Amino acid sequence: MGLFTLDDLRRIMRAVGVDGTDVDLDGPIDDVPFAGLGYDSLAVLETQVRISNEYGVRIPDDAVAEMTTPAAAVRYVDDLLSTVGSR
Amino acid sequence: MTRPAFTGLGVLAANGVGAAAWWRNTLDGVSGIGPVDAYRTAGFPATLAGAVPDFDPVAHVPARLVTQTDRWTQMALAATDWALADAGIEPDRYDPYRLGVVTGSASGGNEFGQREIGRLWQRGPGAVGAYQSIAWFYAASTGQISIKNGLKGPCGVLVTEQAAGLDALGQARRMLRDDADVVLAGGTEAALSPYAWVCQQTNGWLSTAREPAGAYAPFDVAACGYVPGEGGALLVVEHPDAARRRGAPVLGYLDGYAATFDPAVHTGRTDNLRRCIDAALADARCAPVDVDVVFADALAVPDRDLAEARALAEVFGPGGAPVTAPKSMTGRLYSGGGALDVAAALLALRDQVIPPTTGVARLDPRYPIDLVRDAARPARLRRALVVARGGGGFNAAVVLSQP
Repeated sequence: MGLFTLDDLRRIMRAVGVDGTDVDLDGPIDDVPFAGLGYDSLAVLETQVRISNEYGVRIPDDAVAEMTTPAAAVRYVDDLLSTVGSR
Repeated sequence: MTRPAFTGLGVLAANGVGAAAWWRNTLDGVSGIGPVDAYRTAGFPATLAGAVPDFDPVAHVPARLVTQTDRWTQMALAATDWALADAGIEPDRYDPYRLGVVTGSASGGNEFGQREIGRLWQRGPGAVGAYQSIAWFYAASTGQISIKNGLKGPCGVLVTEQAAGLDALGQARRMLRDDADVVLAGGTEAALSPYAWVCQQTNGWLSTAREPAGAYAPFDVAACGYVPGEGGALLVVEHPDAARRRGAPVLGYLDGYAATFDPAVHTGRTDNLRRCIDAALADARCAPVDVDVVFADALAVPDRDLAEARALAEVFGPGGAPVTAPKSMTGRLYSGGGALDVAAALLALRDQVIPPTTGVARLDPRYPIDLVRDAARPARLRRALVVARGGGGFNAAVVLSQP
């Protein structure tokens, strides 16, 4: 737990560069669907690629389809990193 | 519908960003052609271009879109904003399904694509950004203009090299005849990245002159090819009834449009430029004598200049309608070129003045045309013909008239 936090996700989402929209990523975004944050499917894909590159993990495309909110993405990536770390 | 109305324009070119600055410099004969930075042209035969020096995308395009788009699309987005403002159109006051967009593109998002291919080569597939999937694509400018401005009606992209800027107007007319009220039409191009530069080197038409003065001198005895440029124009093309209803000032009308295609070069058959011009005049229901100025394709490749000069002389008579090529100041803009020439023709009709062709020291005596050179020429202008030839055999022509 705690290997990948919401703040990590916020940092990567900012790097994707969709900010400048009306959404404040510092706010309570946990359960807001990515689309509602201005992150369309390509922006989510870009976020996935950046997480994979930075953390050295592979996130399957079908897993991304399940990560509809930041909270779901953090949970998935954190679980993945914990699994990798405990192996 | 009678004739589509032009009610706004947005322009970027090497000799001016924004219609006012560009038009002032164009009438004054100020060229924007110069050396491209060494990184781009090191080791290449051609080293001059019409780069747009004063375009900072961040100043004109939202940050998130800058991340997702190529320079060519950023230019199209900026030109769209200016064209809509010029026309006094706020898209959100319209039924979005009656607003359309059609652009031309000859080389797509080559600079963006080169950067991502560099990452693929150096760091592998995982390093390629997701936005490569849309940023390079020919339709990217049309799509981003549509999304950003809420234009949900008919849209499309035309890939006919230099002819595309005019073909876009023909397509806009079809959309207006169908069910659109307003169509953003035109094109931009930004093909000065190293990758794009390489692609152009072997076409045999590029000027390899080292000095900007005279480097792009169409119809000159010493014509040695064209200089590529970046930029272009977006035009607001409006249904005349829609323009009338809102009392919009009209810059000019699209009276006629035609396109033809050339036979393969190896057949030795003659090109179809003259047929294209004849067809555009017929479509406009006007006679050659009704045309007061011609904006030429002006490739500056001797046999192509000869073919164009002959076609014009056949239609208009030797020394007939005055001919000009302000692209001698901006470079050849591919998809942006026809659109920029239309912008120039509309402002020429408005101001009753023909912008000059620059850099021509000596008109080739084989060409029986009245080339407007060095200085702008005041003239009574009712109609203008704009001609464009796209590499690969595309011809397009439009006839524009003053309001």
